[in-house]
Amino acid sequence: MTLPVLTASDFASDQDVRWCPGCGDYSILAQMKKVLPDLGVPREKTVFISGIGCSSRFPYYMNTYGMHSIHGRAPAFATGLKSTRPDLMVWVITGDGDALSIGGNHFIHVLRRNLDINIVLFNNRIYGLTKGQYSPTSVEGQVTKSTPMGSIDHPLQPLSVALAAEATFVARSIDAHVKHLGETLKRAAEHQGTSLVEVYQNCNVFNDGAMAYAQEKKQRAENVIELEHGKPLVFANGTKGIRLVGTHLEVVNTSDVPMDDLLIHNESDPNPSIQMMLARMSYPTMPEPIGVLRAVSDIPTYDDQINQQVETAKQKKGTGDLNRLFNGGDTWTVK
Amino acid sequence: MEATTTKAVRSVSGITVRLAGDSGDGMQLLGTQLTNTSALAGNDVATFPDFPAEIRAPRGTRAGVSGFQVQFASEEIFTPGDVLDALVVMNPAAMVTNLGDLRKGGILIANEDGFNEKEFKLAKVESNPLEANVIEETYRLIKVPMTQLTRDAVSEFGLGVKIADRCKNFFAMGLVYWLFGRSLDPTLRFIRDKFGKKPEVASANEAALRAGWAYGETTEAFGESYQVDAAELTPGTYRNIMGNQALAWGLITASQLSEKDLFYGTYPITPASDILHELTKYKNFGVRTFQAEDEIAAVCSTIGAAFGGGMAVTASSGPGIALKAEAMGLGMILELPMLIINVQRGGPSTGLPTKTEQSDLLQAMFGRNGESPIPVLAPRSPGDCFDVAIEAWKIATECMVPVMILSDGYIANGSEPWKIPTFEGLPKIAVRHPEGTDPEEPFLPYARDEYLARPWAIPGTPGLMHRVGGLEKEDGTGNVSYDPANHQHMTNTRAAKVAKIAERIPTQEVFGEESGDLLLVSWGGTYGACHTAVKRARDAGHAVSHIHLRHLNPMPSNVGELLRGFKKVAVAELNQGQLRMLLRSQYLVDCKGINKVQGKPFTVSELTDAINDLLA
Repeated sequence: MTLPVLTASDFASDQDVRWCPGCGDYSILAQMKKVLPDLGVPREKTVFISGIGCSSRFPYYMNTYGMHSIHGRAPAFATGLKSTRPDLMVWVITGDGDALSIGGNHFIHVLRRNLDINIVLFNNRIYGLTKGQYSPTSVEGQVTKSTPMGSIDHPLQPLSVALAAEATFVARSIDAHVKHLGETLKRAAEHQGTSLVEVYQNCNVFNDGAMAYAQEKKQRAENVIELEHGKPLVFANGTKGIRLVGTHLEVVNTSDVPMDDLLIHNESDPNPSIQMMLARMSYPTMPEPIGVLRAVSDIPTYDDQINQQVETAKQKKGTGDLNRLFNGGDTWTVK
Repeated sequence: MEATTTKAVRSVSGITVRLAGDSGDGMQLLGTQLTNTSALAGNDVATFPDFPAEIRAPRGTRAGVSGFQVQFASEEIFTPGDVLDALVVMNPAAMVTNLGDLRKGGILIANEDGFNEKEFKLAKVESNPLEANVIEETYRLIKVPMTQLTRDAVSEFGLGVKIADRCKNFFAMGLVYWLFGRSLDPTLRFIRDKFGKKPEVASANEAALRAGWAYGETTEAFGESYQVDAAELTPGTYRNIMGNQALAWGLITASQLSEKDLFYGTYPITPASDILHELTKYKNFGVRTFQAEDEIAAVCSTIGAAFGGGMAVTASSGPGIALKAEAMGLGMILELPMLIINVQRGGPSTGLPTKTEQSDLLQAMFGRNGESPIPVLAPRSPGDCFDVAIEAWKIATECMVPVMILSDGYIANGSEPWKIPTFEGLPKIAVRHPEGTDPEEPFLPYARDEYLARPWAIPGTPGLMHRVGGLEKEDGTGNVSYDPANHQHMTNTRAAKVAKIAERIPTQEVFGEESGDLLLVSWGGTYGACHTAVKRARDAGHAVSHIHLRHLNPMPSNVGELLRGFKKVAVAELNQGQLRMLLRSQYLVDCKGINKVQGKPFTVSELTDAINDLLA
């Protein structure tokens, strides 16, 4: 049987998109619609689950099954769905407030369980839907509606959190870098286990340009390093690279050091130590990595194992027989 | 070989006995064994385990006392009994905390070896309570050096003193079995099953059990033993069942009757955890259990499984239900079927985790933001948990709505004989999922059937792709809508859907006449005590009737009429008057309250006193 060939427009629902004009969310929606036809999963087998926030309106705009759930809990809904319906491709759409603040607990636990779903975390470093309060990824000192004298919170680094939670697939991309974003989403979809893609997403109303250093094409070369598995870490059009010295990373001019001295990216290294060092590189002292930081395969998925236990139990004990259960143990008969 | 006594045997209609000792003394095990053995002897049984929240409260203290009460009888009984015919105590703390419930002339068996200076200090008693004159005068005191006798009995197995002393609950068990003419066989089988891998421990426990029995037979302290004949129960095959076990089995049965695999998302909490422990044993029935990271994840995973078309269930107790409130509201507005079980305990906040209460009724009714009515059902006894689980799932799937089951710690841990059904004899639960048919016809996820239920279209079905969410939905399409008239219409529809259930559930049964001087109303786990108290009042010639509500939302259609048929209405419940508030507001009938929040069930005599006061 050949599957009908779908296009991006087949994945668009009949609902009007209601994000602010110029929002980075539009780009992520467009790339998602573009990538999905290539994955070969029928629309009816695809489910988008979101929490609350601007990004979480995403499922309404997709012509698939979808659920706009409650704040921070999308991974928990996805756990119940994917555990009972492993035949479905499940995406979780979340934001920095949704995933890292109110939903921090579910975020780390779904990653450690390695449920076979894909999480796209729209990180705009601000609360948008509630109109401009600081978020767990807002930078220190940021002045917002709720921090008139500047934020005194130390920001969370989503990729570090994910690596610490034993995530098997950790990646980052940028809304404005559409080609890279599409490829990264595709890699995430293809991974067996929980995939996390952090997307730098511009909120042009409440936090415009917060990540311009990475989003704007002109600045990107200097401030962003595109990771490629098995390749040395170079950026700034090949003029700079990253070298591992002892237990830290440093930026070097490629003209000053031999190519062999540069760190070779290994996304499939089961030991996450160097991947964690990459995740911690941050602007302005270091370039920020995009692409796949970690992708380890052959780790059992939660949904596979929960269903495997059911099969094993059936093989060992036979398919459940209620009459036998009721009458097992001590019984007596009244005549 | 079955041992038989050569002493005199006195036949009695029923016995209430409580076994009390330190948390580590194995009293719960002793009680469970006595219950099963009595049930197997054909008695009707009712139990009340009562234990502290601490796993090992400081040894020997009053806080650490663990008790197990059982009534076994040759007639139908509904409660574990008010006053004790016999009390077994392993230490002074157990004695001073339980003696008040022993009737005058009742048998008090004390482990004499547990009464020494050290134990007096731990129990905060000045002197040996066994030596008070009043004890000998008031009760039939029998002092037994159980620790020493047990050591002697097990000495041949070469166990250390510590392990040998652990056998003393089996010695106590043997003695109790002799006193009440119970067979040793079921417990001997249990010992072999449980300790089969440690033959020396199995042999020692068996020896202790037999030594206890022989002690009763030979000591002069006991002149006679007691016999309780089999009760006249409805013909059939029976087993003993606990409430949480019956609930778990009811859930599995409902899943099979509806041909759905069961998904159970939960977080450990007393007294609901045993449902998880029970269910997770039955993966070969297609049961998937998910121990979530918290209560919220538990209920959310349940909604996810329901969206996917599974039989989705979550359970907790009051504090956990509070955490689930937002998600329950989502389940309600998504209009997906699922069960939410609350095994109630003493509240508020952490409250009394191991004690019973019925104070979450209003939480079940109204504990969500916005207008969010859901059906609420409450089982009345351990065995009834089985039937309620099945009925709740039927309602959930027929109406596409989350249904709340209100159990409580008393029936969850209590047990009673249960007439075993045959699976084939239970009615199937028909569940439909729409198929995508005409690609030109737009799918309406919020179209309504005769019950006002929407179609349960599940992912994987071509042509029916749709989005659901917590925002208000347009009628029919389910698209997000902020239209004022639509919100009113959808709110009305969701409420009407639940209210219409009253048209399909049975009308309320009445014990007694449909009019009279007093109607006693009750719900949930207080059934046994309320029924017994009303029966006694009727036997005494009073015009008292009883209705016990299983359906709390909606209530059966004739409840209002019934309430108006009596001169007085009283509502007995283990809270400060929550059902009373509902009845007054829904039916504008004055109701008196019989209320108690002490972490303990009603005794029959408390209710009898209250009934007599109301009739005076």
